[in-house]
Amino acid sequence: MSNIPSDLRYTKSHEWVRQAPNGTLEVGISDHAQGALGDLVFAEVPEAGRKLDAGEACAVVESVKAASDVYSPVSGTVIAGNTALADRPELLNQEPYGSGWLFRVAPHSPDAVAALMSAADYERYLADETK
Amino acid sequence: MTELTAREPLIFELSKPGRKAGTQFPPAIAGNAEIPAHLRRAAPPALPAVSELQAVRHYTRLSQMNFSIDTHFYPLGSCTMKYNPKACNTYAMLPEFLGLHPLGPEPQGFMACMYELQDMLREITGMQGVSLTPMAGAQGEFAGVAMIRAYHRARNDLQRTEIIVPQAAHGTNPATAAMCGCSVKEIPCDANGDVDIDALKSAVGPCTAAIMLTNPSTLGVFEHKIAEVARIVHEAGGLLYYDGANLNAILGKVRPGDMGFDVIHMNLHKTFSTPHGGGGPGSGAVGVGARLLPFLPIPIVGRDGSRYRWLTERDLPQSIGRLSGFMGNAGVNLRAYIYMRLLGREGMVRVAEFAALNANYLLKRLQAAGYEAAYPKRRASHEFIITLKRENRETHVTAMDVAKRLLDYGFHAPTTYFPLLVPECLLIEPTETEAKEDLDRFCDAMIMIRREMTEDPEKLASAPHTMPVRRLDDVRAAKQLDLAWKPAA
Amino acid sequence: MAFIPHTGDDIAAMLDVIGVREIGDLFDEIPVELRAGALALPPAMGEMEVGRLLTERAAIDGRPLNFIGAGAYEHHIPAPVWALATRGEFYSAYTPYQAEASQGTLQLIYEYQSMMCALTGMEVSNASLYDGASALAEACLMAVRANRASNSRRILLPRAVNPTYGQVARTIAGNQDVIFDTVDFDRASGRTLLESLESRGGEDITALVVQQPNFFGCLEEVDELTDWAHRRKILLIAVVNPVSLALLTPPGQWGGAVDGTRGADIVCGEGQPLGVPLSAGGPYFGFMATRMQYVRQMPGRIVGRTVDTEGRPGFSLTLQAREQHIRRSKATSNICTNQGLMVTAATIYMSLLGAEGLARVAQSSLQRTADLVAALSRIAGVKAAFSAPRFHEAVLLLDRPVAPVLAALARRGILGGLDLADLYPELGNALLVCATETKLGADIDAYAGALAEIMNAARAAA
Repeated sequence: MSNIPSDLRYTKSHEWVRQAPNGTLEVGISDHAQGALGDLVFAEVPEAGRKLDAGEACAVVESVKAASDVYSPVSGTVIAGNTALADRPELLNQEPYGSGWLFRVAPHSPDAVAALMSAADYERYLADETK
Repeated sequence: MTELTAREPLIFELSKPGRKAGTQFPPAIAGNAEIPAHLRRAAPPALPAVSELQAVRHYTRLSQMNFSIDTHFYPLGSCTMKYNPKACNTYAMLPEFLGLHPLGPEPQGFMACMYELQDMLREITGMQGVSLTPMAGAQGEFAGVAMIRAYHRARNDLQRTEIIVPQAAHGTNPATAAMCGCSVKEIPCDANGDVDIDALKSAVGPCTAAIMLTNPSTLGVFEHKIAEVARIVHEAGGLLYYDGANLNAILGKVRPGDMGFDVIHMNLHKTFSTPHGGGGPGSGAVGVGARLLPFLPIPIVGRDGSRYRWLTERDLPQSIGRLSGFMGNAGVNLRAYIYMRLLGREGMVRVAEFAALNANYLLKRLQAAGYEAAYPKRRASHEFIITLKRENRETHVTAMDVAKRLLDYGFHAPTTYFPLLVPECLLIEPTETEAKEDLDRFCDAMIMIRREMTEDPEKLASAPHTMPVRRLDDVRAAKQLDLAWKPAA
Repeated sequence: MAFIPHTGDDIAAMLDVIGVREIGDLFDEIPVELRAGALALPPAMGEMEVGRLLTERAAIDGRPLNFIGAGAYEHHIPAPVWALATRGEFYSAYTPYQAEASQGTLQLIYEYQSMMCALTGMEVSNASLYDGASALAEACLMAVRANRASNSRRILLPRAVNPTYGQVARTIAGNQDVIFDTVDFDRASGRTLLESLESRGGEDITALVVQQPNFFGCLEEVDELTDWAHRRKILLIAVVNPVSLALLTPPGQWGGAVDGTRGADIVCGEGQPLGVPLSAGGPYFGFMATRMQYVRQMPGRIVGRTVDTEGRPGFSLTLQAREQHIRRSKATSNICTNQGLMVTAATIYMSLLGAEGLARVAQSSLQRTADLVAALSRIAGVKAAFSAPRFHEAVLLLDRPVAPVLAALARRGILGGLDLADLYPELGNALLVCATETKLGADIDAYAGALAEIMNAARAAA
């Protein structure tokens, strides 16, 4: 059973989103995703200032058996990528919702997050996927 | 193999300054030709400095740490690890062939072999033309997709850039489509392992360039409805590409040209028994139907009367061009030619028959032992899939564990985790050159391993136990990259 | 039956277990209308007959004295190289995906990668690509991926780079919208001059290709070309001859450190000179090396050293997530099988020669070519085309068309070189000649004597 914090929002491609009070978003991959990928050995994160469209592939996470694209959940401008992952990609496995965040982005539209899945929806979605 | 418990040092660790294999050096000659000082290397490269015996012993010992067809049964699905006849090597390495410079006058003896090889491959595949230049299956695929693109462009069908690929396809298929600037549309297969016809009908349209298929599919089953697939794709204006990796299953029984395919690539290092060499060289000859003839990659061997010559840009102005510096892996093609002459008409037809016999026999014996086939209602082609999903649920044993434990029993593991669709799978292809006793010994090992799943699962999880190394830390290999020995500063 | 071990009893027992009457029943899933008829192939031959046929055909091709280079070079191959490489354990081994069963191949490839890093002066090498031409194509695609400072997908490809490599690069990379622009060479020196690049200085260029020595055998001024590229954030792709690197500055040290960036960014080339016979053009192998910062953009297999569960050092394929079998449509390349056996031969070759032996091969080839050019230039109607210093090839200009001269030489058992009429028509009657350490003084005399006869006979007849 994977961990799905209830205060976050989720996407079908297994990204999670945390909204800060000032409206900026933090994005990472879910516990389910890190478990499926296995031990992560490398992450490529977007650079500050890059403009993203919703659904655009903007990061890559790589384990020994897979390299997966990470898709931006919203349209926005990148504030920062998590450079700590360069030396410690295992943070993605150990703390996928904490220090293993991938990038922070300023969304172009304040309502974008509401369109994403709730924790309960994501849990149901995972259950359907593995059937 | 197990006597080699002491680690074999790196060749650099055996080196000693001043040591050399002096008889290999060319004689010193008089003269004052030299490289200008500013272009000259300051320090010599850090290459080994060993005696000839040290080098011979080192590489011989390394070879002894390998599994190979010459030493082990190698049931690797989709790789066709059949016996590589020594005669193919002996005659391909005649000094006259080895000494041929590719830019010299057209070598009539060698080219006669290549011309006849082109003809034999055409006959076997039911195609109209063959080029031997692609240097491996992946390059053959590239040539195939590039020819398809060139065909549509020549007809001004510029929007046709979508390639349909079954989900079970080999990874090179979508990678190749991307390399050719095409997009990929994946379609599912149905419960029997055939292409889902309804999904195919929805997927084709005015942007369809082609469908890439192999038959039998990567799931080890013959695509029953291939004629219908061909009709649907052709009617939508697309072409059919045949991935010949599984040609061993149908040699002499069905011809891809007769199934409606417009282009096929062959893996000569699979079906035509050229050596795998620890990772190549292969050869990915392509065959085409009439539509794609003008686009074949060059050079091709042609004949004017009794004289052989190279057909180049002048002869095929619409060719997709050259894929290699010269004419591809000539020595590999020569080995395939020799193999085909040894087999001849009679032998070629036997290949698929005995490949199928061995595969179906092995499938039945493994099923009797309790293993689950992924497609139990289907015949094995030349290979079949066993899924360990039930065993995994019950005992946590994985396909990886079984693969590693087989090494201890003296068998190279089958292909694991391909195709991606089937969980915890083993793709098993015995080939036609294995004797019944060897298949039985393999089954006996699989039966012992099955017992170990419940009686001693730890033994499986930590296998192999008798190889020069235990299971290797892949994560560390990727995180702490150590990709070259460097001399101490 | 060739290579099929089954006896009648075996077949009967197996059919019984499967539950069918005859082998033909195993193909019952194939629709009847698709089944092939009899194949029009020649009948089977035994090994003795095949040996006879191949020996006769080899005799037709014979063994002329070879002075052609142009991307494939004749060098002495030590006896142990192929005696070891054709051992069944190397020859008939599969790709080393099951690392524990392939430590021999994997360690050998690791040693190979180390040797290529040493030769090229670069930080990391892959386990080979198909050949030098396709390696250049892959290098161009890699430069497009790696050069974040450029969007143009435009590669500067000098005309002094092997023209077939350019053709292959266009065939392979052209489908991904990579654009190739040419840069001319200087007719006097045979080199690619800095001045001819200057006009491109303001454009968005992704990479510059420099071949050293170039196709004409001339030595380029690699430092100034490398610095020019780096000042403009253009990646430098070096195409090099591995034997020449025993004597020449390795590409990892080209340039004078612009912004702390020294050396080529991607190095590639043809590995055939390292222990692989000419064999009608293949199989050869391509090599590629790069900076560690670009390792994830590099195509092809890579072997890494790691440890096993008991702390013992071992080797395995690594960074496989870049490759086709995992990444599929986003892979760095579609390459799967590469040229493993040729790498085996090259590694053994480099171990036997070492730095000193390789330098001797290179120096000897350099000297022999100098001697050849001197001997042939003494003949009336023959002169050297270019003034630049050279490695082991040179372009000669004749006072008459080259093709008939080559034909006359061939009739005397000498392959005189490559006629450049098709590739570089603007040079006139140009001939690319090469002499390696395999050519003795007597061979050079034989060539010079034959050429003098041919040239003078025509003059006398005129």
